[in-house]
This record gives sequence, C-alpha cells and structure tokens, in this order.
Amino acid sequence: MKRLLPLTVTIVLFLAMAAFGAIRYDGFLSLQVFLNLLIDNAFLCVVAVGMTFVILSGGIDLSVGALIALTTIISATLLEAGWHPYAVMVTVLALGAAFGAVQGFLIQRFNLAPFLVTLAGMFWARGCCYLISTESIPIGDATYAAIAQARIPVGGGASLTIGGLIALVVVAIAMRIAHSTEFGRTVYAIGGGESSARLMGLSVDSTKIGVYLLSGLCAALGGIVMTFYMLSGYSLHAVGLELDAIAAVVIGGTLLAGGVGYVAGTLFGVLILGIIQTLISFDGSLSSWWTRIVVGALLLLFCLLQRLFEGRSPRAS
Amino acid sequence: MKPSVKRFTQHPLFWPTITLALLLIVSSVFNPSFLALTWREGHLYGSVIDILNRAAPLMVVALGMTLVIAVRGLDISVGAVVAISATVAALMIGGSFSATGEVQSAHPLWLALATALAVAAACGLWNGLLVVKAGMQPIVATLILMVAGRGIAQLLTGGQIITVYYAPFFVLGNGYFLGLPVALWIAASLWIALHLLLSRTALGLFVRSIGGNPEAARVAGVRSSAITLCVYTFCGLAAGVAGLIVSSNVKSADANNAGQLLELDAILAVTLGGTALTGGRFTLAGTVIGALIIQTLTSMIYSLGVPPEVNLVVKSALVFTVMMLQSAEFRQLVARIARPNPSLQGNRR
Repeated sequence: MKRLLPLTVTIVLFLAMAAFGAIRYDGFLSLQVFLNLLIDNAFLCVVAVGMTFVILSGGIDLSVGALIALTTIISATLLEAGWHPYAVMVTVLALGAAFGAVQGFLIQRFNLAPFLVTLAGMFWARGCCYLISTESIPIGDATYAAIAQARIPVGGGASLTIGGLIALVVVAIAMRIAHSTEFGRTVYAIGGGESSARLMGLSVDSTKIGVYLLSGLCAALGGIVMTFYMLSGYSLHAVGLELDAIAAVVIGGTLLAGGVGYVAGTLFGVLILGIIQTLISFDGSLSSWWTRIVVGALLLLFCLLQRLFEGRSPRAS
Repeated sequence: MKPSVKRFTQHPLFWPTITLALLLIVSSVFNPSFLALTWREGHLYGSVIDILNRAAPLMVVALGMTLVIAVRGLDISVGAVVAISATVAALMIGGSFSATGEVQSAHPLWLALATALAVAAACGLWNGLLVVKAGMQPIVATLILMVAGRGIAQLLTGGQIITVYYAPFFVLGNGYFLGLPVALWIAASLWIALHLLLSRTALGLFVRSIGGNPEAARVAGVRSSAITLCVYTFCGLAAGVAGLIVSSNVKSADANNAGQLLELDAILAVTLGGTALTGGRFTLAGTVIGALIIQTLTSMIYSLGVPPEVNLVVKSALVFTVMMLQSAEFRQLVARIARPNPSLQGNRR
C-alpha cells in the first residue's frame, strides 16, 4: 500500500488543483477544459510514457525532445516529396525505434552512461533537423489535415482529438506492458537492482535495449501527434520537452532511482503540468514564467516526499 | 613501444591535447592567417585570442563542474544560474542618464557584482543542501533549479531583456588587460587559484577520496558532507562569474537565453578533458583544454564557411568518440579485434 502513496498524492493534488480552478474561475469546471488538458499535452503524454519505462529501469533519455523535432521535420519533408501519409508515419516510427535501439545498444554493450549517450543523441538529432531545414515546413497533406481537424464527440458537447485519443491508448497499452508482461516486470527488476535481476536469470541485456527502443518509438509517435497538432515540421519544435517529460514522470510518483512507479502516475503528472498552464491562462494576470517556478516547486515537493517514503520503508536500510 | 613513449601516450592529457592540436592544425591549414597575432588598438588581436576570449565563460563554468563531477555529482542547473547572475547584475547596475548625459549606475558596481555572485553561490549552496542533506540524486536535485531558475530570472526582469548602459561594467566581457582579454585573465586566475588550492593542500586528496568511494572517505575521517557542500557552492559561484562575463559581453541580460545549453557544454568540456564521470579522477588542465576544444570547433566551423547547422552533428560525433575511448568494454573489443588469435597469444606467454 505504501507504494501507492506517491500515486495517491499525485491524484489528490490534481483534484485539488481542479477544485481550486473550479471555485476560482467561471467556466473552468467543464468537460472540455479537462479534455483540452489531454489534447494540448498529447505529445508530452506519449513521450512521458516512454520516459517512464526508461526511468523505471534506472536510466534517463535526454534525446526525446530532439527526436520529436526530427520526426516532425522528416514527416514534413517526406510529405512534401509526395509520399503516402501512412507510409510516412510507418517510416518515422521505424526510424524512431531504430534510433532508440542504437542508443540502448551503446548503453548496454559498452556500459556507457545513459546521460552521455542520449546527450550525444540529442545533439545528433537536433543537428540533423538543422541540416534538413532551418525553416518551418508547413504540412498541407489532406490526410494529415483531416486527422488534425477530426473531433471525436464524447457526449455533453465535448470532444477529443485523434492526438488525445492516441495518448490515452498509449497509456492503456503501456500500463498493460508494465504490469503484466515479462518485459515490464524485468524493467522493474532492473531498476530495483541490475545485478540481482541478472542473477535471477532475467534477460537484462535485451530489456535494457528494449527500454530505449520503446522510448525512441514513443518519441516518434509523440512527433506524429505533434505534426497533427502543429501541422508543420520545424527544427525548433519541442525544445526542452525532455525536461517536461522527466518532470511529469517524477511528479507522477516514479522514483528517479528506478524500480518504483506507475504509468498511470505519469498520465496524472502530465495532467498536472497541463492544469498549471490552464490555471495560469484562466487567471490572465500571471505570466508564463510562473509555470516554470510552480513546476520546479512541485518537483522539489515530490522529490522530498519520495525521500521521506524511502527513509521509512524497510528496504532502504 | 618504448616505456618513455608509452608513459607519454598514457598521460591523461595526451588525447585532449592531441585533439586540440589537430583542430588547430586543420584550422590553420584552411585559414593560413588563423594563428597570426597582431597588435591593434593596444591589445593582441587574432583568431586564437578570439577563441580564448569566447571560451572563458565556458572554462569558468566547466572548472566548477569538474569538482562537482569529481565528487560523483552533476550540476545541470549552471545555465539557469548564469541567467540569474546576469539578471541580478544587470538589474542592480541598471543605468540612467544624468542631466549631463553621463550614465550612472543605480548601485555601486562592486555591490552589484558582489550581490550577483552571492546569489549565484546561494543557488549552488541550495543544490548542495538538496544533495547532501536531503540525499537526492544530483541530477534530480539540480533539475529543480534548472527548471525553476529561468522562471525566477524572468520573474525578476518581468520577461524583458535588461540592457546595461553603464560602461565600466563592459570591461569584464570586452576589456583588455596587458594586451589580453579580461575574461581570459579571470578564467586563468580561477584555474591557477583552484590548482594551487587542490594541489598544495589536502583538499584535492579529499575530493578524490570522496569521488573514489564516499563511504570509505567518510569512515577515514574526511568531512565529505562539508566538502561536497562547498564544491556545489563553488560551482554555483563559478556559474555566477560566467554570468557576469556573458552579460558584460553582450551588454544586457536575457533571462530566457543567457547560458542556454551551457550545462551540456560544460559537462562535455569536463568529459573531453579526461575527467571520469564516475568520480574520483579529475583534471583541471584537461577541463580547460576541453573547453578550448569546444570553442575551437565552433569557431572553426564558422571560419571554414561550413553551415553552422553542422555544428551540433560534429559535436555529437565528438561526444560519441570520447565516450567510446573512455569505455573499458570498447577498448577490450578493439584489443580483441587487433589480436584475433588469443589462444596463440596465451601459449607464447
């Protein structure tokens, strides 16, 4: 039960913020406002889910923001070249997965620091964006535009975009992978202690590569969701998104040391980041930089909270 | 290989120096006037001086980062601290035109600089407290300030870029002393002071022992908490100094962009110089060379007329190469490929 406590705190915090907004501002308490949290942060949600697995395994992936930008720019370029939209999507997903797998291979095979490998990956991906185009490339493809404008009614006059739906589906699949597959259990075991996981006979090597592959795949999918949202490919898309993703995972109650956390927590972490921005925009008198300060304060709160739980649990003796 | 040659190639500074030398040679091949120095307007002038001047803030930050990494830490908030320090200094100096047309500073220059540095050191101390007292992982502890720091800096400036008109402040980033840039003097004196402090006192040994094995160091009586706190505080202070140089150079403070991605460059400079990311082994001279490699590379790419977009890709290749060279597993692999028949090797022995 103690393990559920950080997740509970996250959900309670989200509900408290929602209640605060509902009391303070007119029109805040509507289904559409809450669906917009998901719609506006769909790409962040998808990326943060991939990041959750990486962090659960005790690693970190700094390359996701740059990989999103690369995905948007490759998508836009290929569409301009007349590729079929679905072929473009499959191609960028494969590229993202391959990119992640290479990073994972380097980390696993040569025992390199995930921080450094993914930093090099971030430089490389962002650099490739600049090489392809420094200008923003608009996406005029009919299929992409149709997906971008499509609205799925959910009743009560409220609706969800395809991007938002993708985010929800990704969260559902990831929860399934994390809690009831061999891969998911191995990820938790590696985060708990890599050498013990190895001694237990778990396939540590392939799982570690798989975790980064998954993160790359999620980043590419996040990039596709972003192309729906922005309808453009640009080398400066998603600058610093990796930090938001890490923040969402931590606020979601996942331990940065690895081994403890829930994918569902990450969804609420993303929603909390979203609701902070929504509260600030509803207020109107607060400036955008308050978002950063509040996110920083929340990070501090959750890290201290985690230390408290660790200190009390018998595991940490 | 002769023992003397081997000792030379195995020196920790061998590869960083070779890399820097190669970059300089390539630069001077493509641009014959690259190494030329001329005396103009009372100071030395040339590409090399320009690189040294531009590398100074990175050197200062990277020196602080070296010590943090040496005690098994990491500080990813230095970019944000650079922005905070630049903002505080610019706000305190301000600059209003008096009736005679002279620019006056709102507060005395020394007070503005001291406050900026004190705030920066406080940021470092905060990071240190989170790491030492709250027991957080360094990357998480400093992530908090990295996220919130720029927000705080923007809050101070109200989101505006603060322009400074008070000329004496510009000396830090644009001035010259004895023919060399003032920024270079600052970086060099910091390096020398740090080198003396760490080699002439037991402090260097303590830092190495904490990085090598924190628990063993503590048991052996090293005051590891106090030293780690000092190291983080110093790193914040160093970022503050860099912030002053940067804002003085551009005569303004941009809370959103000052020191952007500097934390990554600083970590890169430290790694390029041969300091182990796992702690314990560090070299200040290596860090200085690492910072020079990064700046030389950037300047070279610009001066060769290569589109600056290539810069990041080249940088990533550089990180990649250094990473692989430092990996024991990779060296083993290379050794195995170089000697394809290990059984024969064993028999001979």
